[in-house]
Amino acid sequence: MTMMRNIKIKGLLAAILGMTAITSGANGATAEGVLHPERNEYTTTGIFGKWDIPSLQRGLQVYVEVCSACHSLDLVAFRTLEDLGYNEDEIKAIAVEYEYNDALDDDGEPMFRPGIPADYFPAPFANEKAARAANGGALPPDFSTLVKAREHLSFLPWNSVYGEDYVVALMTGYHDEAPEGVEMTPGLYYNDYFAGNQIAMAPPLFDDMVEYADGTPATIHQMAYDVANFMAWASDPTMQERKEMGLNVMLFMIVFVILLYFTNKRVWKKVKKGDDIDPSKL
Amino acid sequence: MASDKKFEPTNPTVKWVEDRLPIFGLLYSSLGAGYNAPRNLNYWWNFGVLAGFMLVVQIVTGIVLVMHYVPDVNLAFDSVQHIRRDVNYGWLLQAVHANGASMFFIVVYIHILRGFYFGSYKAPREILWFLGIIIYLLMMATGFMGYVLPWGQMSFWGAKVITNLFGAFDFIPFIGDGIVEWLWGGFAVGQPTLNRFFSLHYLLPFVLVGVVILHIWALHIPGSTNPLGIDANGPYDKIPFHPYYTAKDAFGLGVFIIFFAAFVFYIPDFLGHPDNYIKANPLVTPEHIVPEWYYLPFYAILRAIPDKLLGVVAMFSSILILFAMPWLDGSRVRSMRFRPLSKFFFWLFVVNGIFLGYLGQRSPDDVLALGVTALVYAQFATTFYFAYFLVIMPLVSRMETTKPVPTSIAAAVLEANKKG
Repeated sequence: MTMMRNIKIKGLLAAILGMTAITSGANGATAEGVLHPERNEYTTTGIFGKWDIPSLQRGLQVYVEVCSACHSLDLVAFRTLEDLGYNEDEIKAIAVEYEYNDALDDDGEPMFRPGIPADYFPAPFANEKAARAANGGALPPDFSTLVKAREHLSFLPWNSVYGEDYVVALMTGYHDEAPEGVEMTPGLYYNDYFAGNQIAMAPPLFDDMVEYADGTPATIHQMAYDVANFMAWASDPTMQERKEMGLNVMLFMIVFVILLYFTNKRVWKKVKKGDDIDPSKL
Repeated sequence: MASDKKFEPTNPTVKWVEDRLPIFGLLYSSLGAGYNAPRNLNYWWNFGVLAGFMLVVQIVTGIVLVMHYVPDVNLAFDSVQHIRRDVNYGWLLQAVHANGASMFFIVVYIHILRGFYFGSYKAPREILWFLGIIIYLLMMATGFMGYVLPWGQMSFWGAKVITNLFGAFDFIPFIGDGIVEWLWGGFAVGQPTLNRFFSLHYLLPFVLVGVVILHIWALHIPGSTNPLGIDANGPYDKIPFHPYYTAKDAFGLGVFIIFFAAFVFYIPDFLGHPDNYIKANPLVTPEHIVPEWYYLPFYAILRAIPDKLLGVVAMFSSILILFAMPWLDGSRVRSMRFRPLSKFFFWLFVVNGIFLGYLGQRSPDDVLALGVTALVYAQFATTFYFAYFLVIMPLVSRMETTKPVPTSIAAAVLEANKKG
């Protein structure tokens, strides 16, 4: 009986494996010329993943000084920068740098006011049309959920694309000139990782573009890595809280399930082997 | 051992209530010591309870999510993000609800295949089986409408593709022409569509609860099947549901919760689609529009047939054909343990179903192994799917030589015990 079952399960596994082998071979058939982003190391990966606070702070700096000229971050409020290790006064100082015109003065006229922690990062353009007009017809995407929107997870880990990796790869994947034989549309730039290889965004980062407060050398790769970390936080700000709770839930459930296992075993002890059955009455 | 004990309360308050409304007795005789189940149920019999658990989880988390969600085309996406970012434990509720839908389908698929393997659809359980199919259809409708609510790109385009399918019925006089507009509530997927999907997504789970109660009621008439597939009639064939199956189900539920929690806490987006992190935009079509994973086999069947109407008919038939199973299968033996040939084809059917699911997420033009396109593979797999029901099942079940079946469950237990 057990052997029969073994054969059956093995047969099923073999069939599934065989099928995966057949079908995964075809996965390379993505758009020509687009490379698979390399996997970087982050403190956020794994079940004990934690935010990389220094990198997040540097990433915020890159966003504020560089990216925010074109990219909005609509869903992130200054108050949430607490996650990045800032205290209340520091957050107030960041918010006050921005101006909002949604207040009214005593005469009911629109009035400018400085930002407060409850405000959200203001968008660089008034609307989509203005954004496109300023960017040669292309729309710079909002950063709030972008890392999640670029994350393609697969059953085969090496086929997965992680959003942070994609951002780093995109920032560092520009070529000064398109490879031979590629016809470029005027105004677009060749990039190894962008779908179709032609992206409207000019290479946004240059070495030493920002001066990091903590003295880290601002290479293109470093800035890309930091802003990717920052964008990952913006997309999924509860990641650390989630994983911490997950660990507690898992530890509790594993102990609880072990207890349930022995409870069940004990309840079934008598009837499992049929000790209660009177063979003469069958 | 087994006796259908009546509920006899000793507590005077309980007795007072019981004399006026026998609700404790109802619970006692459906889930307590008053309900007897075959003594040989294995862990595949856990999945009905797990499905019931998931329905409750979805309703409870859903009710709280609705307190924060806004069904407005301009605000829906942001309100889901608001739940994940600002609402206390909103990220947990949202992850449990979104992954919970997948978990619900996983346990229900196993529950259905359990029914296939052990012949749970055969007499006298036909109506029990029908109610199960109705539950499954309601789940599909509810899940589809729920996926639309976050109003991401895949929500929007999925809604558009699926509702457009009903355009295949445009040949029907009077109603055919306007059926898609009628579903949308306008000339495109928009605000009225979101509002009605929200309304129905809230309503259908409670309809589900009603059908689930009927399902359990119908179950309690003949009682559960069992791995041997023989009737449990003998004096030692059954044991009380409580404490035996409450203990066993509690253990199974614990293991399942660990599996569920692994998704919720560590890979909450694995079963979703990244494009749903982009706000719905009617002007930008995603490169590949794919439904949620649990619809993929049926999506593959739909696309395997080049004709739109026939494709839609095939897709609906692939589920409705389950209603005919009690008569397609003519075997006198229920359990496939004693039907080796049926068992072989059953596993082939399972593998074929997984393969169809794989094909459902590929583009039909994709060239797979041996230089054959996904479309052609899907046509073969679809053919096998229907052949399983219409050719293999009727013939094999009537012609195959079955192995000897034990005389009673208790005898089989003693026999297994003797062998060690």
